[in-house]
Order: sequence, then C-alpha cells, then structure tokens
Amino acid sequence: MSKSILSRVLGTAAAVALGLAAAGAHADGKVKAGFIYVGPHNDGGYSQQHDMGRLEAQKNLGDKVETSYVESVPEGADAERVIRQMAASGANIIFTTSFGFMDATIKVAKQFPKVKFEHATGYKTADNVGIYNARFYEGRAVIGTMAGRLTKTNKIGYVASFPIPEVIQGINSATLAARAVNPNVTMSVVWVNSWYDPGKEAAAAQALMDQGVDVIMQHTDSPAPLQAAAQRGFWGFGQSGDMHQYAPDAQATGIVDHWGDYYTQRIQAVIDGTWKPDNTWGGFAANMVNLATFSDKLPADVKAEALKVEDDIKTGKRHPFQGPIKKQDGSEVIPAGKTLSDDELSGMNYYVEGVIGTIPN
Amino acid sequence: MFLDTTGAIIAATIIAATPLLLAAIGELVTEKSGVLNLGVEGMMLVGAVAGFAVDSAGGGAFGGLIAAMLAGAAMAALFGFLTLFLLTNQVATGLALTMFGTGLSALAGQGFVGTTVPRLGKIDIPLLSQIPLLGPAFFSHDALVYGSVLITAAVWYFLYRTRGGLILRAMGESADVAHAIGYPVIGIRFAAVLFGGAMAGLGGAYLSLAYTPLWAENMTAGRGWVALALVVFATWRPWRAMLGAYIFGGVTIAQLHVQGMGVSIPPQLLSMLPYAATIVVLVIISRDATRVKLNAPAALGKPFLPTA
Repeated sequence: MSKSILSRVLGTAAAVALGLAAAGAHADGKVKAGFIYVGPHNDGGYSQQHDMGRLEAQKNLGDKVETSYVESVPEGADAERVIRQMAASGANIIFTTSFGFMDATIKVAKQFPKVKFEHATGYKTADNVGIYNARFYEGRAVIGTMAGRLTKTNKIGYVASFPIPEVIQGINSATLAARAVNPNVTMSVVWVNSWYDPGKEAAAAQALMDQGVDVIMQHTDSPAPLQAAAQRGFWGFGQSGDMHQYAPDAQATGIVDHWGDYYTQRIQAVIDGTWKPDNTWGGFAANMVNLATFSDKLPADVKAEALKVEDDIKTGKRHPFQGPIKKQDGSEVIPAGKTLSDDELSGMNYYVEGVIGTIPN
Repeated sequence: MFLDTTGAIIAATIIAATPLLLAAIGELVTEKSGVLNLGVEGMMLVGAVAGFAVDSAGGGAFGGLIAAMLAGAAMAALFGFLTLFLLTNQVATGLALTMFGTGLSALAGQGFVGTTVPRLGKIDIPLLSQIPLLGPAFFSHDALVYGSVLITAAVWYFLYRTRGGLILRAMGESADVAHAIGYPVIGIRFAAVLFGGAMAGLGGAYLSLAYTPLWAENMTAGRGWVALALVVFATWRPWRAMLGAYIFGGVTIAQLHVQGMGVSIPPQLLSMLPYAATIVVLVIISRDATRVKLNAPAALGKPFLPTA
C-alpha cells in the first residue's frame, strides 16, 4: 500500500509540475484552459465530474488545447488569488466551477479583460464572463417517475441540503413525476443543512425509513443515503456521479453531471475566436445531464418507462413543470397547457402538492 | 408502530453518539493527565482512513479497527513527542495535528474514494434483543457500540478506583509534585496521549467501517471538535461524557425525525439544537463552579520540564 501511496504522491507532484509547465507555454499557439475546483479532483462527486469534463475536452481537442486545474480551492478570498494567478499565468479561458467563486470570478475578470471566464451555477455575467448550469430537475423527473413506481408504502423520502431554488426544483420535479404515475405518493423531506456530511446524511435517510419511507432520493453529495437504503433492501438514487459501485443493486439509477460536451464547445469557440459570454442552462438535450447505471434488479418495465421519460424530455415532448401544477395548499401555479418559464423556475420557493412539511426560510 | 419508531430513534441515537463517545473518552484520559490535545479531528480522520484501508485490503473489520487504533496512536505519538519532549505549545501543536491529519488522510485515502467495505456486523444479544422496544433499541448493535460502553466503564474504574488512575490524575493536578514524589511524568503523560489517540482513531473507524462504510475526505465533519467540547462540558467525568454524547446524538436524530414528520422548524435552528441542548444540560448538571474547578485538571495544558 505504501508503494501505491508513494506513486500517487509522485503522480500528483508530476501533475502539478505539468500544470506549471503548461502555464508557461503560450507561444506554440495552443489555447490554455484552466479549471478551478472547490473539492479534490477525485472527490467521487461534484468536482470529479468537472474534472472528467476537462479530460473529455482535452481528448476531443487534442493538442489544440492545454488544460490545467487547481483543486480544493476554498470559496472566499483564496479563490480570488487562485483565479488571478491562473489568469496572470496566461490562461485563455478559465472555468470556475462552484457557486461561491462568483464574486471572485467577476472581480478578476475585470482585471483581465482579454481572458474569458465561465462560472458554473451563478447568475452574474460580464463582457468576458459567461455562466452555465445544468437542468438537474430534468433528471429528477425521471427518477421521480421510477420512485412512484417502485414504492410499496407510497412514501418517498428526500434527503436535501439547503433550501435554495435549485434543490426545491428537484423536490418538486420528482414529486410531480411520481404523482403522475402514482397519485397516492407523498414526499417527505429532511434538510441536513450541509452538502456533505456522510454521517448526518445516513441518519436522515434512516429517520425517513423508520417513518415508513421505502425509496430514498438525495440532493446531498455523499453516497451515504444510498448506502443506508441499500442496507434495508430499499431503493435509492445516486447524485452527481455514478454511485453504482457503492450499491450495485440498490441504486436504481442516478443523476450524473456531464460537462465534457460543454467544455469542448466553449474551448473550441475560444480557438475559433467566436467566444461570447453565454448563459447556458442545459439538460438531457444538451447532454449536460445523464442517467447513471441502472440496477440489474430493476424491473424491466420501470426501466423502459424511465428511458421513455428521458427521451420525451430530450425531444421536448414533455416538460417536467407542465401544468396543471398546484401548490401544497391546493392553489394553482399554472393551468393545464402551460409550463413554468426559466425565470419562474429560478425563483422557485414553494412546494407542490404531495410534499409534506413547509420550506424553511 | 409507535414502539417501533421509538426503538429506532433510540438505536439511531446510540449509533450517532458512539464515535463521539469513543473520541471524548480518549481525550478525557489525555486531559486528566494534564495534556490538552486539540488534534482529535485529525486523529479521527487518520484512524478512519487507516481502518478503511486495512479492511478493504482484506484485513477484515477487526484488523481495520486495530489499524485505526494504531494509526490514531501514531498521530498522538507525534503530538506527544513534540509537546512532551520538545515542549512545543500544546494548543498550537494540537491545531497543527488536525490540519496535518486532514491532509494526510486525504492523501492516503485517494485510492479508496468510490469503494466500499462490508458494514461492521450487528450482534443481537440472545434473549435481551427479543424484548419489545428495549431489544432493538439497546441490544441489537455492532460490537463497537457495546465496546464503547465497556470502555467508558473501564476508564471510570481505572481513573477513580485504581492506584494507576490516581497517579494519572496526579499528573494532571501538579506535574511538579508528582515528579518530586518520583513518578515518571513524561512517560505517564505520553501513555495517556497514546490512549487518547487510539480512541480517536477508533471513533474515526466507527464512521468509516460501521456508520457509513466508505471513505470520503473530511468525513468526520467536525465530530472531533464536538468530542473535545463534550469533555469540558462533562467536567472531565466519563459517565457524563457518555451522557453528553447520547444527548447530542439524540437531539441530532430527533430533529431529523421531526422534519420527516413534516413539522416546520428552520433547519438551521435544528442543526444548532444538538450543540445547544448538550451545552444547556451539561451546564445545568455542572452549575456548581467549585466542583467544576475541582474536576478540571489544574495543570491542563501546562508544559512540564523536569527539574534536575
């Protein structure tokens, strides 16, 4: 084992050296793309998905691009320093991949008007700052459909992180989809107030199952809720990356972030000189959201239905938020025939009918 | 249904409290000898990754737990060497140990992200585990849960009923006096530091092998700091540390259940509740200031340089 650790250390050192070397090579005409991660590049979740996107872009564009990354950058003053350093060392485009890098990105972008910036999941843009995010709620509509079919107790549990619109979209999208196939379903939500605390996430899932829930969904980043479901022989759904290996039977499927296509396109635009600040919010159709490995134990009809929902959303036949949608109290959000606009989604601050409890504020 | 849920809540409480209890009991012994080691979080993380590594390499759960204790003790040995022999500042060294342990465990754990090991098995105690409510709540746990209670009892017995415990406590009251009588202050403190490290490592391994059988960077999520606080609020008494750990675990689990039932309370408030409740209860039982002073090791955190 010590040998493998040593080789890893050396590997990391080599990667760092490579990154530095890459930073100095501007004259050969290669476009240099830098990435800033909030977690380790191999965190098995959010940051790892971004790093896989980087590698995919590198592979697609070959020697037209040099990529480098800085990992485990705390959101705050440190982020600004790291982004500035990357810009100063000759990067042409920098992807800052966490919400908390927003202000630092805008600030550094002002000082380096020739460098292009792309900020994930934020909302501030500038002449040289674009933003991008994925429509994860499209994936939630698929797994909500499956959960509605799989539950025997008609109770689904949701381990949630923070009450922000993105998370609430997911809860509502899953609930609407589950009730579309099984009107008796209710959704119980537990907020753990953290993106990442395996112990607490597992305890939340267990509390839900103790109350009669038999399908667990999660919008937190560790595989702990999924493992807790597996322990009791219940169904769970992975998050961010494919969590198949943690619970091969119990992970019905999961929502996988996929950034490779987007990164390839945006770096290509820099190479072509056509880059403009964008505001991209892509889902299945843009190949930014994928489904994880399906469990072999999953009934074939449930899998087929899930794939159909994915396809319908991809082709625009179905919208996860199509009317009629009612709030918890029965009041109507939109009537049949209409769908929620992106602006309405971005400000979502209510539960739909079928969710138990109220949103904390 | 009511009985089942109550039993489940109690069982979940005990499980959530076990890593805290193990780490707190270890730190309690360390502090009783007069040494303040703030590196509990770092030692827990190193224990967690070492236990996971050995288990997934085929060493089995038992091998993993042993490895976790050794790894925690090794971290503590580093701390002991610096503070006891080189007389570095205990607070600064302890903080550095946490940072070092966080980084070291992340590095060592790189290859284990995305893998899992079999969960530490449950042992149903014959007959007792059949009792309604009490059975599932108290008598259907893994070995480490029972072990943590036995360790607490053993530590209490050692500290307050044996000559060895009296000597260890003397180190924490006045190292100079203990030294003058002829006891090897440094050696005994070093042993207490090692025990603290081993228990922190075991607490960490409880997270990575039993609670959530996986390795994830920083997976202790602050539990080492909670354990440190428990020692102070328990006024350095083993059974109170256990009570504190169970209150903390209980409120953590209860608030999750309350949410699942759809009761509306801000989650920020609920997240704060375990800390607040533990502090309030332990402040109430230790409201007699003189008794707190009597229990607090007088020489806590003070370096000792043997004279002549």
